[in-house]
Amino acid sequence: MFIQIKNLSKFFKKNLAVDNINFHIEKNKTVGLLGPNGCGKTTSIGMMLGLIKPSEGEIIIDNKNLDSLKRDDILARINFASPYIELPKKLTVKQNLEVYGRLYGVKNLNKRILEVSEDLNIKDFFNRKTGELSSGQKNRVSLAKSLINKPEILFLDEPTASLDPDIGDFVRSYIQEYKLKNQVTILLASHNMNEVERLCDSIIMMKKGKIIDRGTCKEIIKKHGRNNLEETFLKLARSKDELQ
Amino acid sequence: MNFNKIYALGLRHIYLISNSLPRIIDLVYWPTVQIFLWGFISKFFTLSSEYYSNTVGIILTAAILYDFLFRVSISFNMMFLEEIWSRNFTNLFIAPIKISEIITSLTLTAILRALIGLVPAAILAIPLFGVSVFKLGLPLLFLLLPLYLFGVTLGLLVTSGLLRFGPSFENIAWASLFFLAPLGCIYYPIEILPNSLQIIAKALPLVHIFEEMRNILLNNTVNYFDIIKSISISIVYFILGVIIFYTSYFGAKQRGTLINMGE
Repeated sequence: MFIQIKNLSKFFKKNLAVDNINFHIEKNKTVGLLGPNGCGKTTSIGMMLGLIKPSEGEIIIDNKNLDSLKRDDILARINFASPYIELPKKLTVKQNLEVYGRLYGVKNLNKRILEVSEDLNIKDFFNRKTGELSSGQKNRVSLAKSLINKPEILFLDEPTASLDPDIGDFVRSYIQEYKLKNQVTILLASHNMNEVERLCDSIIMMKKGKIIDRGTCKEIIKKHGRNNLEETFLKLARSKDELQ
Repeated sequence: MNFNKIYALGLRHIYLISNSLPRIIDLVYWPTVQIFLWGFISKFFTLSSEYYSNTVGIILTAAILYDFLFRVSISFNMMFLEEIWSRNFTNLFIAPIKISEIITSLTLTAILRALIGLVPAAILAIPLFGVSVFKLGLPLLFLLLPLYLFGVTLGLLVTSGLLRFGPSFENIAWASLFFLAPLGCIYYPIEILPNSLQIIAKALPLVHIFEEMRNILLNNTVNYFDIIKSISISIVYFILGVIIFYTSYFGAKQRGTLINMGE
């Protein structure tokens, strides 16, 4: 198991945001983390990124407890992209990639910047300020930043939110292609069920801080007698009883 | 410590400045205005005050040194606020950079930002008012060192507040230095303060720095004991600032505010 989450909980004062969750992710697999807004997805990812201290439980990455690892050693092996966080707007795309490439200690940085830029079609606006780009362009730049260090673990939080169908499809195709060519374990949080079905090997459903179901998309759809993941999500999100 | 990472974080701010002419103008504008304002006040006092009659530009020199402290502190705060304003906070804190490297980078870049603004203003004061801060000679460095440390310390305290209370603490960032200025005895001797405030003022490095500056300019002697005292006090505050910053960082991790810090 590459990522192992054991009895993980997080209290914010008296509010229980994540309630004793357990799951694991095999190496080079893509796992979808689904659930309605406020179910604890972002808090869970935050804990795995080392941004939030768990109240209880353990996060084990590559057989090592996250707490026992040196912060910068583990962070050099992972990365994160989300449309809700941005790169410095006043820096050009190239400058941002250079800064983050240096922060991640990327060897042959210019070559790596060129590679990700060509792959993600961002070379055309390389010298434009990041704040001047469209949502789709910013999204691809953010993805380029998240791949600059060739991460072993990639956390993606709604990577295609607010993108038009064309760009959204480009990003999904790119993630699929990237995964085929590279050794990477992905944890994907998304509200786009088609995207989840397309990209994920398995999914974890959360509600009110708890894991309420897990399995492959087909297994979960079949188990709940629905036609697709969207319908299954709605059933689980609206159900009063928490299933496991 | 990895100096490549420290440089990378500094580079982010160098790019930010070099990409924008208004930012460069802003850095130079305020120190220059200060020099003009205090230059004329200094000239008036020199002509009209017995206390200052022997030494031209004592107030202007104080203004330049105080502005150095102000610029260092504001630069430190600004660079941290830039990360909040640009919603880059999460990206920064998930990058493999140690907290000590973030502090070092902000500390080093703060002096660069401060000097970009202050050096032209200090040079301008020479032909305009016949006052050169550089005439203090080597002791100038001994006065700048504790000012630099204390400026960074104030920056650390304000950024700790930003980590603890979020962007709403921003207003305190701007007000922090004005709060301490009256106790710093920048333009007047400590005897002006009431006795009770003198005790508090003596616990700050500013009083010792500016008293020593006046001593050098008025008596042409250097009291190294006072300089060592001001540096020592500044180091104590700096260490305290670093501890508070780390405490705020770990507190922010507990409260989960690092992941969604933004405007």
